[in-house]
Amino acid sequence: MTADTPALRLEGIVKTFPGVRALDGVSFSVLPGEVHALMGENGAGKSTLMKVLGGIYQPDAGKIFIDERETEMKGPLEAKANGVMFIHQELSLAQELSVAENIYLGELPRKSFGRVDWDTLYSRTDAILAKLKVGFNARTVVGELSIANQQMVEIARALTVDAKAVIFDEPTASLTDAEKVVLFDVIEDLKRQGVGIIYISHRMEEIFRITDRISVLRDGEYRGTLETAATNEDEITQMMIGRSLDLSRNHEHVELGPVALRVEGLSCGHLFQDATFEVREGEVLGFYGLVGAGRTEIAETLFGLRKPTAGRIILKGEEVTISSPIEAIRKGISLVPESRKEQGLVLGMNCRDNMTLPQVGDLTAGPFVSDGAEISIYDQYRDRLQIKSPSWRTTVGNLSGGNQQKIVIGKWLSMRPEVLIVDEPTRGIDVGSKSEIHNLLRELAKQGYAVIVISSEMPEVLHVSDRIIAMYHGRIMREFTAAEVTEDSLIHAISGIAGDAA
Amino acid sequence: MQNDTVKKLVKNGAIWAFIVFQLVFFEVAGQWWSLSDSAFMDADNMLLLLKQSAPIGIIAIGMTVVMINGNIDLSVGATYALAGIVMLDSMNWPFMEAMGDAAIPLAWLFALVTGCVLGLINGVVVWKTGVDAFIVTLGAMLGYRGLVFMYNGENPTYHLNWTMVDIAEADILGLQTPAIVFLAVVLIVWLVMTRTVHGRNAYAIGDNREAAVNAGIRVGPHFVLNFVLIGFLAALSAVAFYSGSGSVNPNDGMLFELWAITAVVLGGTKLTGGRGSIIGTLGGVIAIQLLRKGLGHIGADTETVNLVIGTILIAVLFLDRQLNRKGAEELKV
Repeated sequence: MTADTPALRLEGIVKTFPGVRALDGVSFSVLPGEVHALMGENGAGKSTLMKVLGGIYQPDAGKIFIDERETEMKGPLEAKANGVMFIHQELSLAQELSVAENIYLGELPRKSFGRVDWDTLYSRTDAILAKLKVGFNARTVVGELSIANQQMVEIARALTVDAKAVIFDEPTASLTDAEKVVLFDVIEDLKRQGVGIIYISHRMEEIFRITDRISVLRDGEYRGTLETAATNEDEITQMMIGRSLDLSRNHEHVELGPVALRVEGLSCGHLFQDATFEVREGEVLGFYGLVGAGRTEIAETLFGLRKPTAGRIILKGEEVTISSPIEAIRKGISLVPESRKEQGLVLGMNCRDNMTLPQVGDLTAGPFVSDGAEISIYDQYRDRLQIKSPSWRTTVGNLSGGNQQKIVIGKWLSMRPEVLIVDEPTRGIDVGSKSEIHNLLRELAKQGYAVIVISSEMPEVLHVSDRIIAMYHGRIMREFTAAEVTEDSLIHAISGIAGDAA
Repeated sequence: MQNDTVKKLVKNGAIWAFIVFQLVFFEVAGQWWSLSDSAFMDADNMLLLLKQSAPIGIIAIGMTVVMINGNIDLSVGATYALAGIVMLDSMNWPFMEAMGDAAIPLAWLFALVTGCVLGLINGVVVWKTGVDAFIVTLGAMLGYRGLVFMYNGENPTYHLNWTMVDIAEADILGLQTPAIVFLAVVLIVWLVMTRTVHGRNAYAIGDNREAAVNAGIRVGPHFVLNFVLIGFLAALSAVAFYSGSGSVNPNDGMLFELWAITAVVLGGTKLTGGRGSIIGTLGGVIAIQLLRKGLGHIGADTETVNLVIGTILIAVLFLDRQLNRKGAEELKV
């Protein structure tokens, strides 16, 4: 095997989900001893591709080669057996077990009668940990470790097998700068051992610091590979976004009303600090940033789900405290939460009951809920939001994502809120319904609602917002008006690239 | 989507289909094998069946509400016994004896208040500590049973008042008091669960607690209300039964919680909450009682009855699971 035999090669990978072509003929290869960045916006297909590689999804077409040997990944175990290891963004460790047990889970060294060979287990583990220069040992219980150290355990797990390729998925998301240095050393080490590394990250500085080549995905398509040394941020950004900007930005002038909500110096522990912004009636304010930048946490604080540690919330000119969702709703702040199914809907209930849930207490006639009042609210908002459901009796769990989201939005609109916060309005929603939801959000602003939209998708945030706030690491980095914002400046602001935060 | 309605119908109708099957089976089996010389589907027999199902039936209705709400209550059997003791013992108190028959409603009140208080304790502990209802009421089951024994040791508590017995055995159209109480409870709680705000919110909380909180529903008070309701119903069940029998053993009501849960689950209520129906539980209660009587009718002994009921319970849940899984796969397509 020579150095230019790829450790891992993908050829024409296609994966479709109902309504979405998540991967459309993706091909690229990783050489041994190379750090290969995989970049693309959220939804570009990176995670889907990694799931195909890890055997979690089966591709509809395409081939995977390891050392130029065609390999079928039927499941995670097979991926591991073929030397493909993952360091996941979300950790998957057994919290109650020791570091050693986690690392060798499923293949603990044994003695006769199936007894665990603890001595071998611990000594092997300590040997691996020594390489990683970590401050804990094989016997430490994983639950007692920081997130960063738990990540080190995941990495140690990858080192136990003769890995051909190791995939790092946003590994630095929860690491401090010092911990990052250790991680980069580990990656250097792997490189020297001739392991091919796929490095997924949004953070440009890291990409330029450690990678050799960069492959870009866009809308499920492979857009090309660049030599890191011969490119720059602008070129990459161009490739990632590169769309013909037919998503016309919204410059339609709407007469803005008074300030509906003003937030001053709002903080919540380490989650976000010193957030100051305002939103007017008739305006859509976009929040853009990476996952974990503190956007959702701001929304949850405004909705009374978190207690702020500092700052003021001024609603329609009056300072308010909001200590529970009940209070938020009463004062006119509504939240369409990030995960529709877990936080927004009662899936086993029918459409009507879900829509009237927060106000059913006001829809009574005598001791009983008034069927008529409920149905009239449902009918009104079904028509207004064009919800497609066979009947109000249909269980919400049986609707499509787009219609489910409209039920959640209708739930709040029917209460006539002052401020409507929508967190990830189109997550898991097919393309057609996406634009419907976008138009709806614009329409609501036109009708005079103050709307806050939180999104991880740049086209979305650009399309619907009148102003955009970029967040990074719990802080507001910059505020853009729709007229001045560019994809470049936005990407810079949310990647924490210094000097640009004016 | 048409499918949806059909599926619902099949699921809700299953327990009633099972009841009809039992009726026909025991009738035919009884005659065919000449195991019994009387008809099974006899009106008197059916009315008696309703009366016999009342004690556990009334409790099962409360259990349905608590389980829809996403909790469970294992302490109902002990609550039942303690409420019975309070009722009968209070009739022996000097000032109560002095009141004659006027003491009867007061004794009932004492019993019902006892049930409400015990339920309130469960509810408040579950709400304020956040400990799982299973654990809290498991502790309460032991604790309340302890109170039962503290009251009168191993001895039965008794008081026979013929007026009370007459009330308990009175009948309208052949339905005796316990059966009437049971049916009234079914009707009222059914209305509460299907027509009131509290019922709606109880379903929502049981199905998705987080979404309910996000919709501004206060979870705790609903929990407490439902625990008070089941405590009240356990006491009501005791009132209906002991008014007629006049004697409580300290071991009475043991395993009632499990029989109630069996009936509730047979009736289609989910253990995890959010789904279930009062009418389904009525079906579950009748199905169990029918099975007992029917197996007796064709000459099986008690041990066999329990074995059969246990087997059927597991079979029903297995079928339900299959049905649900098919549903889930359909959704994915």
